[in-house]
Amino acid sequence: MSQPSISKSMTSGESGLAALFAVTAFLCVIASAKALDAPFAFHAAIGAAASLAAVFVIVNRYFDRPAALPPAEINGRPNYNMGPIKFSSVMAMFWGIAGFLVGLIIASQLAWPALNFDLPWTSFGRLRPLHTSAVIFAFGGNVLIATSFYVVQKSCRVRLAGDLAPWFVVVGYNFFILIAGTGYLLGVTQSKEYAEPEWYADLWLTIVWVAYLLVFLATIIKRKEPHIFVANWFYLAFIVTIAVLHLGNNPALPVSVFGSKSYVAWGGIQDAMFQWWYGHNAVGFFLTAGFLAIMYYFIPKRAERPIYSYRLSIIHFWALIFLYIWAGPHHLHYTALPDWTQTLGMTFSIMLWMPSWGGMINGLMTLSGAWDKLRTDPVLRMLVVSVAFYGMSTFEGPMMSIKVVNSLSHYTDWTIGHVHSGALGWVGFVSFGALYCLVPWIWNRKGLYSLKLVNWHFWIATLGIVLYISAMWVSGILQGLMWRAYTSLGFLEYSFIETVEAMHPFYIIRAAGGGLFLIGALIMAYNLWMTVRVGEAEVQMPVALQPAE
Amino acid sequence: MSFWTRHQIFEKNSIILVVGILLVIAIGGLVEITPLFYLKSTIEAVDGVRPYTPLELAGRNIYVREGCYLCHSQMIRPLRDEVERYGHFSLAAESMYDHPFQWGSKRTGPDLARVGAKYSDDWHVTHLTNPRAIVPQSVMPGYPFLGKTEVDPDTIADHMRTLRTVGVPYTDDQIASAGADLKAQADPDNSGSDAFSKRYAKAVVRNFDGKAGTPTEMDALIAYLQMLGTLVDFKIYNEKANLR
Repeated sequence: MSQPSISKSMTSGESGLAALFAVTAFLCVIASAKALDAPFAFHAAIGAAASLAAVFVIVNRYFDRPAALPPAEINGRPNYNMGPIKFSSVMAMFWGIAGFLVGLIIASQLAWPALNFDLPWTSFGRLRPLHTSAVIFAFGGNVLIATSFYVVQKSCRVRLAGDLAPWFVVVGYNFFILIAGTGYLLGVTQSKEYAEPEWYADLWLTIVWVAYLLVFLATIIKRKEPHIFVANWFYLAFIVTIAVLHLGNNPALPVSVFGSKSYVAWGGIQDAMFQWWYGHNAVGFFLTAGFLAIMYYFIPKRAERPIYSYRLSIIHFWALIFLYIWAGPHHLHYTALPDWTQTLGMTFSIMLWMPSWGGMINGLMTLSGAWDKLRTDPVLRMLVVSVAFYGMSTFEGPMMSIKVVNSLSHYTDWTIGHVHSGALGWVGFVSFGALYCLVPWIWNRKGLYSLKLVNWHFWIATLGIVLYISAMWVSGILQGLMWRAYTSLGFLEYSFIETVEAMHPFYIIRAAGGGLFLIGALIMAYNLWMTVRVGEAEVQMPVALQPAE
Repeated sequence: MSFWTRHQIFEKNSIILVVGILLVIAIGGLVEITPLFYLKSTIEAVDGVRPYTPLELAGRNIYVREGCYLCHSQMIRPLRDEVERYGHFSLAAESMYDHPFQWGSKRTGPDLARVGAKYSDDWHVTHLTNPRAIVPQSVMPGYPFLGKTEVDPDTIADHMRTLRTVGVPYTDDQIASAGADLKAQADPDNSGSDAFSKRYAKAVVRNFDGKAGTPTEMDALIAYLQMLGTLVDFKIYNEKANLR
């Protein structure tokens, strides 16, 4: 046994975090014992168990690790931290499949209502937030965290900042998802769309998100490159703005600190405006800015071409984040919200078309001179098609924000179709493409297990999207027209329930489309699993194999 | 120095970049949201709007818990077909005590902003228990468990106190008698019914679920549904009164 060259001691992060979790465990036990309602007791108990597990893991990790923390560099090359990225990638795949599955279930419930089973925790009203949160925040969020931690390290050429902090971010974020998701099933919700989690989950997310911002920013600050790479601007805008939106939309007063129920500070009109300022910018910054960052890194990388125009990316960035934030009121056309606000929202939504397409052009034109790769590389094809879907839904969105169009489309399935052309086509495909790139890179594999399976995934999922969105276009426009149809005598032609009945075939087609999308994701999960399990290892540069002396 | 070289200040200083982002994203929100808190024309003054009774509030919390807002809007737009189908378009004042608002964004089922007093209590009990027993083509989930779960009259005062802190004008009297009022509204034979009716104008006292005993979640939800959109009397409402 050789003596360690330096004496081993706990870092302040390790001891501080372990102590903090010990206190949290204690507080959670008290909260669970004094809880006023069962869901809160359950969540406090999970909190206590998770905190104790965290203490155990931190201490255990300390005893297992060598005296020195991993070096920032090995032989002059950055010693990248891939562990948290692997964790987030696996969670993304897991939550993706779970979220698509719940989506398929609720789509089927709308076609065959008996599937609600008349039970509280299986009814549409509780499963729908589970679906939206699972796909947006759990799947999308994990993809964003995984890719952002990868891109920031590679483009700054430094190891991720912090030792335990990145792990705190990825595990803490997924713990938030667990609390939010189980809460929905138990009826714990603030009923604010895409911001349903109650006050204690919101508080926890705030802590995790601040840690995320600090890790990301600290990594940028110690970068070895003079310039901050464009993808990181978008990631930064996403992280910063989501923090602002989360804090603006969620101030709430709990009825008791030992109960799950709270009442939001805002009421009526002001609450509606805050909600859709948040809601639309969850789309704008979570589902757009964050995934545009993925586009700006992964497409040039995969196509082996530089970004089409650097200047366009500057304009794209500032114009997009400036204009997006105004667009919220288009969710409230013709409501009791004052007209001036609605008109402002519509105007900016239409203007938003320009930076959106500027970004799309920047992404697509990056393929200049490499278009032939679309024939041979299904991963690149997925990435490029995602940008095409982005272009399509960012044209459709401004169009639907025009008040007269909105008077027809609002409250109908057209909105659902629009969201899914963006969510399945853009966010889904760009995430799949990024994960197909990322998994071989971070697990040191030469390539994917099977490109043929990627091809199958691509076509099955594309067919699913086409079925989904065309069914929703038809049902949405049909329903909107039926609601406003008059007979020649001047009476409303259809009762409401006749318009519900007319939706039935389209709901079946939509469920079939969603089913295909899910099958595609299952193929992907198998492909990635096999890539990690049996994929051929990338031959390392000999120098990288040298242990640090 | 050209525009493009000037931009390097953002590309080379992460903190300046963060500050730049914060400034740029702050403008839209500030312009659109802040005036809604002080422009008087935002919420017109209307007679009749009052905070929810304890039973209605309990019902509203069930409405929120079960995610009803995901398929039912509570916002009638000033369009010909909507006004004919659902009634007078929704006024801002009608949701001024809603924390959070329940305007919704999708009509898988019909708008509920003025569903109050449109159907009988019996209709609601049957429909909520098994929607297809009364509307065969309906795709709504059944909620048979509501009739089997009692509402807790003891905690509702805490809810009203919390709401008062965020701006709903409950009186001390209303909060002090919250538990008793919750029971009284669902029981016309209750000795407290008269006092309750004085505290809440136009509140309906009925045995909503038709069963004796402590109010159930069915009572509470139906009490809430039956008051929706009934507070403003549009026979005397003057829409010109708020023009300025």
